[in-house]
Amino acid sequence: MSQSNSTAATPVEPAMVKQETPWRQFVRTFLEDRVAVTGLMMLLLIIITAILAPWITPQNPYDLGTVDLMDSRIPPGEQTMEGYTAWLGTDGVGRDLYSAILYGLRISLMVGVASGLIAASFGMCVGLIAAYAGGKVEAIIMRIVDLQLSLPTILVALILVAALGKGVDKIIFALVVVQWAYYARTVRGTALVERNKEYVEAAQSLGLSKTRVIFRHILPNCLAPVIVVLTVQTAHAISLEATLSFLGVGLPQTEPSLGVLIANGFQYMMSGRYWISVFPGLALLFTIVSINLVGDRIRDVLNPRLEK
Amino acid sequence: MVSHVLEIRDLATHFMTRAGVVKAVDGVSLTVGRGEVLGLVGESGSGKSVTGYSIMGLVDPPGRVVGGSIKLEGEELVGMDDASLRHIRGKKIAMIFQDPMMTLNPVLRIDTQMTEAILAHENVSKKAALARAQQALERVGIPAAAERLKAYPHQFSGGMRQRVAIATALLNQPAVIIADEPTTALDVTIQSQILAEIQQLCREMGTALIWITHDLTVVAGLAQRIAVMYAGRVVETGPVNEVLDDPIHPYTRGLLGSLPSAAIPGQPLDQIPGSTPSLGRLPPGCAFSPRCRYATDLCRQEAPLNRYFSNERQARCHHPLSTVALVATPTHT
Amino acid sequence: MLSFFIRRLAQAVLVIVVMMVVVFFGVNVVGDPIWMLISPEMDQEAIEKTAAALGLDKPIIEQFFHFVKGLFQGDLGRSFVHGEPAIQLVLSRMGATMELAVVALLMAIVFGLPLGMYAGLYPDRRSSRLIMSGSILGFSLPTFWVGLMLIMLFAVMLGWLPASGRGETVSVFGFETSLLTLNGWQHIALPAFNLALLKISLMIRLARAGTREAMLMDYVKFARAKGLKESTIIRVHVLKNILIPIITVLGLEFGSLVAFSVVTETIFSWPGMGKLLLEAIQRLDRPVIVAYVMVVVVLFVVINLIVDLLYSVLDPRVRITGAKA
Repeated sequence: MSQSNSTAATPVEPAMVKQETPWRQFVRTFLEDRVAVTGLMMLLLIIITAILAPWITPQNPYDLGTVDLMDSRIPPGEQTMEGYTAWLGTDGVGRDLYSAILYGLRISLMVGVASGLIAASFGMCVGLIAAYAGGKVEAIIMRIVDLQLSLPTILVALILVAALGKGVDKIIFALVVVQWAYYARTVRGTALVERNKEYVEAAQSLGLSKTRVIFRHILPNCLAPVIVVLTVQTAHAISLEATLSFLGVGLPQTEPSLGVLIANGFQYMMSGRYWISVFPGLALLFTIVSINLVGDRIRDVLNPRLEK
Repeated sequence: MVSHVLEIRDLATHFMTRAGVVKAVDGVSLTVGRGEVLGLVGESGSGKSVTGYSIMGLVDPPGRVVGGSIKLEGEELVGMDDASLRHIRGKKIAMIFQDPMMTLNPVLRIDTQMTEAILAHENVSKKAALARAQQALERVGIPAAAERLKAYPHQFSGGMRQRVAIATALLNQPAVIIADEPTTALDVTIQSQILAEIQQLCREMGTALIWITHDLTVVAGLAQRIAVMYAGRVVETGPVNEVLDDPIHPYTRGLLGSLPSAAIPGQPLDQIPGSTPSLGRLPPGCAFSPRCRYATDLCRQEAPLNRYFSNERQARCHHPLSTVALVATPTHT
Repeated sequence: MLSFFIRRLAQAVLVIVVMMVVVFFGVNVVGDPIWMLISPEMDQEAIEKTAAALGLDKPIIEQFFHFVKGLFQGDLGRSFVHGEPAIQLVLSRMGATMELAVVALLMAIVFGLPLGMYAGLYPDRRSSRLIMSGSILGFSLPTFWVGLMLIMLFAVMLGWLPASGRGETVSVFGFETSLLTLNGWQHIALPAFNLALLKISLMIRLARAGTREAMLMDYVKFARAKGLKESTIIRVHVLKNILIPIITVLGLEFGSLVAFSVVTETIFSWPGMGKLLLEAIQRLDRPVIVAYVMVVVVLFVVINLIVDLLYSVLDPRVRITGAKA
């Protein structure tokens, strides 16, 4: 009874397998995890509504002409004097919470993303220089990086804003200072590995200048881990800014991010008007969680070792 | 009929992977007599280690023993519940692994790791267990055993660590020891030492030994019988001298021919052409046929059954190379 | 071993010195240094007199030496708001913060370790996936928001636990602790949990990764071959192996616990160093800010040193050969 078993190799024709581009493969693997896809959907929704804020809100909460004190502290779902329904209620001075949240999202996202991108660029440059320069320069740079990384972010940020004062630019600066070292260390690590690979030797033997080798050849290969770090760090930056604003040392009232909104609503929590704090809080929550879900998944996809 | 201490019939261990079923062990039959040394030889991927794990009941998912029978001193192991298997493991049958640095826990002392092997099976005092551990260490030739007990694995050399593993295996005086390439990771000089020591210990204690290796030269000096595995099946068994002098199966012949010691100086080494097949996609018929220079159409279509020859030799081949007399051919696999 | 310890000590001293320089020049270069020492309400004449009296018209290097001298004498100026010497003020609140941080750390171990190990041992179970998703939530949620929610749920809606303040304290060996009274525990429960949440998530992830890795190791296979019970294997072999890196990480994270207490203490009105710092920032009480920074830096350095020593004690490979594993 020695029939060929079902796993016997059937003659395989050398079929022309359509080569999948790395990008498509990445997207396909990413989409395999349902949780991550949910996160991505959430994130896209948040970003789109934030961008479209001026067109989809009944009120510009920062145009004082449209804000009526008589409308203050209205519970969710009721009509306001101005004639629209405050689906999420209004805050202490009469601003529609739904509008305030969307506008606040814009600021929170903008601050988080901007600081993230600036920190990433700066950190990448530092990392590349360290990896390529080697020797004493690298040692000194990495010492500074290590020192920066061993200090807790919140303390550094607090001390910085204490020294510099309130304001969007100062907050972004503080956030950049807190984040850059992470990129520097990641990129330096990757660059060191890449530096020893053959394509670098090949490029060098062609007589390309050092800068060109660094920026056109090594850099693109370092991008993968940077993207992972970027997503996680952006979420962290948004969270940090919200914390600072909540504590009263972050953004000023004129640039009300979600953190500021939550802070404003804190005093009303005990008296039962929870919506003024809770809804902005939920918006913040969803933003951070969705970014983290996406970032987590990107990391799992890009890191082959973790594939089960 | 001699009662064997270990009798394996038609053992099959399959791995259910996403890429399909991998038949790592597919119909292996072996017997080991009391105090006998059996050499289980094969290249990597032949299924020899998985056979060892299957006997111990240590096959990791997605692998599973799916068929066959393993009788240890008459007791059937296949299908036994976990608790009973655990009682047998380490007591009636022990295993030694390849890399002792990895098999000994680096953060625990040697005495802890040895006494726990005793205490898991017997209700003795810690002191008594320690005494036995010390005796075992002395037996395998570790000097200053009492102090060494308190040491950590990284304080030993590679050969010493393996001796500790051997001592641990012997602690409960098992009927069978399965040694999975225990000397491969060691220096050549230490290798032969350990080989001789294990041989003597097993003889002294009457313990049967299954020595799993890819190295025929090791088996030659050590084992009484040899079983050659290829692609999950045993292709030849028999007394070691006879098999090595006069192989029946072309694969065995090929292994012998490719040994550097068999080569004629100046001539190229006689390698077996091709490479071991992937166990998930075996060819129909004899698994060795793609690489066999004597293969015929019959070989490619029909997998050969296990045939019995005189002098207790067996082989799976349609065209046996040896002139040894054929005794029987079963009509089913 | 001794040389290792001395080297680390020297490094620690270096870090403290560097921080001293950074803090001094940071405070004095950013903004007018005179503000560090006087109250913002004095008039111009009084300011100039104080400046001269304090030697602020002298070269900056001299001022630095003056600062260092003051540091060694324990004098970092007086708080504007409270009038007491800044350093004493900070130190007096340190006890409350330490209490909070220690309880939070304990919570992280008690909750995080078993959950993480479970998730590592049975990674494919539904409950494990739930635990991992929970851990993602745990470190996504901003600490302050969790604090708000905790207050809303447990204090406002359910009324089980108080929303602010420290409980009754009892004096033990000269230290005040609120952990010996039920009232004390009621008060510390919410803020400690709030603080601990991030660390619990971290613990879960660490314990899970460590357990998964350890279970694949050969020594686990060998232990099974010896016939040990699975529970014994986990308890004796796996646990000891994962504890070493976990303890070191936790030790280092203790510093971050102290840092994050700024947020928790503010929300729960817990009378610790963190709340003091925030008030100082809001009211521009610079001597207190400087004092806080110095205390925290020293604390960090000490913690790092202890963790290093602890690691070399726990890992026999390091302890016996003196080398880094």
